[in-house]
Amino acid sequence: MSIVIYAESAEGKFKKIAFELASYAKKVAESLGTTVTAVSINTQDVSELSKYGVDKVLKVTNDKLVGFSAKAYADVIQQAARKENASVVVLSSTTDSIYLAPLVAVALEAGFASNVVGLPESYLPFQVRRTAFSNKAFNSTEISSDIKIIGLAKNSYGIFENTSNMATEDFNPTVSENDFGIKVESVEKGSGKVSIADADIVVSGGRGLKGPENWGMIEELAEVLGAATACSKPVSDLDWRPHSEHVGQTGKPVASNLYIAVGISGAIQHIAGINSSKVKVVINSDPEAPFFKVADYGIVGDAFEVVPHLIEKLKAFKAQN
Amino acid sequence: MKILVCISHVPDTTSKINFTHDDSQFDSNGVQFVINPNDEFGLTRAIWFQEQQAATVTVVNVGGPDTEPTLRKALAIGANDAIRVNANPTDSFFVAKQLAEVIKNGGYDLVIAGKESLDYNGGMVPGMVAAILGYNFINSCTELTIEATNAKAIREIDGGREKVSTSLPLIIGGQKGLVEEKDLRIPNMRGIMTARAKTLTVVEPVEASVHTKAVKFEKPAPKSAVKLVAADNIDELINLLHNEAKVI
Ligand SMILES: Cc1cc2nc3c(=O)[nH]c(=O)nc-3n(C[C@H](O)[C@H](O)[C@H](O)COP(=O)(O)OP(=O)(O)OC[C@H]3O[C@@H](n4cnc5c(N)ncnc54)[C@H](O)[C@@H]3O)c2cc1C
Repeated sequence: MSIVIYAESAEGKFKKIAFELASYAKKVAESLGTTVTAVSINTQDVSELSKYGVDKVLKVTNDKLVGFSAKAYADVIQQAARKENASVVVLSSTTDSIYLAPLVAVALEAGFASNVVGLPESYLPFQVRRTAFSNKAFNSTEISSDIKIIGLAKNSYGIFENTSNMATEDFNPTVSENDFGIKVESVEKGSGKVSIADADIVVSGGRGLKGPENWGMIEELAEVLGAATACSKPVSDLDWRPHSEHVGQTGKPVASNLYIAVGISGAIQHIAGINSSKVKVVINSDPEAPFFKVADYGIVGDAFEVVPHLIEKLKAFKAQN
Repeated sequence: MKILVCISHVPDTTSKINFTHDDSQFDSNGVQFVINPNDEFGLTRAIWFQEQQAATVTVVNVGGPDTEPTLRKALAIGANDAIRVNANPTDSFFVAKQLAEVIKNGGYDLVIAGKESLDYNGGMVPGMVAAILGYNFINSCTELTIEATNAKAIREIDGGREKVSTSLPLIIGGQKGLVEEKDLRIPNMRGIMTARAKTLTVVEPVEASVHTKAVKFEKPAPKSAVKLVAADNIDELINLLHNEAKVI
């Protein structure tokens, strides 16, 4: 028996989410009296995982797996889970993991709960808490299959150091031609800045900014904070910003530590996408804007005056801290 | 080309969410149900294939008789016929099994589902169907073109997009982008009239195991009121974010 996690990496280095998964799995393993095995695919240095409680790494090195293929990766994770006699498999909620998780679930005939926001509420029966109805509610889900798959929502558990004596084992799962039915022709990455999915801080602008020419200050604010930029739906519909930045129920979900909304009204569909962000700051000229009802901190004021001041003050703050 | 569009019947995006029976069930009282927005983009793209490439479009839903108005709406938008699998969609595995059975029996070349439904947000069904059938599968698909048995698509990835190619049979988890929002179809009077004469077949479910069960619902705890900071006191905001919220 063991807990198996898929430790995702990009360009040969673990993503932060891998450490959150490890921290989470360690806690589950402690409750179940078992160990954590991480699967790493083409990651050069796996030692970092030992800081977060991983007991064993199955290290896969395979040229065929250099680019992401949902089916092939699912096949690797599934074989690792069988080999380790996994009782629980923990996956993340990145686009890649969401893509491969259902494939793993079918291969293992395992119940799968996505958007899980905390440790199991009970182990017998096995129950986890998830978000539902676009973050308007929580739902306790019972998983009854032998193997349980958890899709952990980003930033829902946190990263905790817990040094372990980690063993590394080379693992050579079989991947077949069949696994590569989808051919990647080309990949376009955004402007190289922080992506919404990875960002701890997101600065978002709405129609209150009046036009794309005013986005300089949003970008500057994001830069000072090391944040990603985002926008409301009408802003991307109007082509002021790319569609990849549209957050909300029909756009991207955001689970950052800090979400700063500038000139966004706070319509229910927008809020649904950012509800799982920890701290929300709103800057809006209308004191009646619905966003103030869900925000933690707010400034009633004109974005064109407030944001430049905020940038200036933050620069000074960053210089000192 | 035979296309199957999976239609999820979900509460309208502005619905207030409530629960009954000790918080164990969703309360549909007074809730308006709609075609799941992600599926709506897929349906419109399917109608495009029907008009431009002579495809036939079948829509399917796993659900009770109460979902039929949603299927009729899809017929009014232009689908050729509809299938309802007469079962309560309890668990994504169960739903995927039912859809896989419909697909096997109907011999569809292309199956379009939404990447997730806006009620349980599981995001599991399309991938599970693909895995059960061994079909090629593209998730978070924002563009799709088909020529003969070849498909080209774009899928969203974290921080960008990826162009991919594959062959039919294919299942996609679709979303906004498959068509422009302004091109989304809404039923017109003629569509509504003709929809009444179109076939809506009800089939009984096949045996399938259920691995998960929603046992209890809960609404988020009410939030404490927003802390307002004066527009000329930005230092205070920075202080709060640094010392109280500890996020900068
Ligand atoms: C099915 C469906 C799905 C949807 N999905 C999404 C979604 O995923 N994401 C999303 O965002 N929306 C979504 N919407 C749209 C949503 O309902 C709102 O229309 C949208 O969020 C509004 O965007 P906004 O706040 O930028 O613009 P507006 O509603 O125009 O609000 C602009 C705000 O800016 C403020 N403002 C104006 N000038 C200034 C200034 N100088 N300084 C400071 N503040 C100023 C105003 O007070 C106002 O509050 C969806 C709608 C539907 C029907």
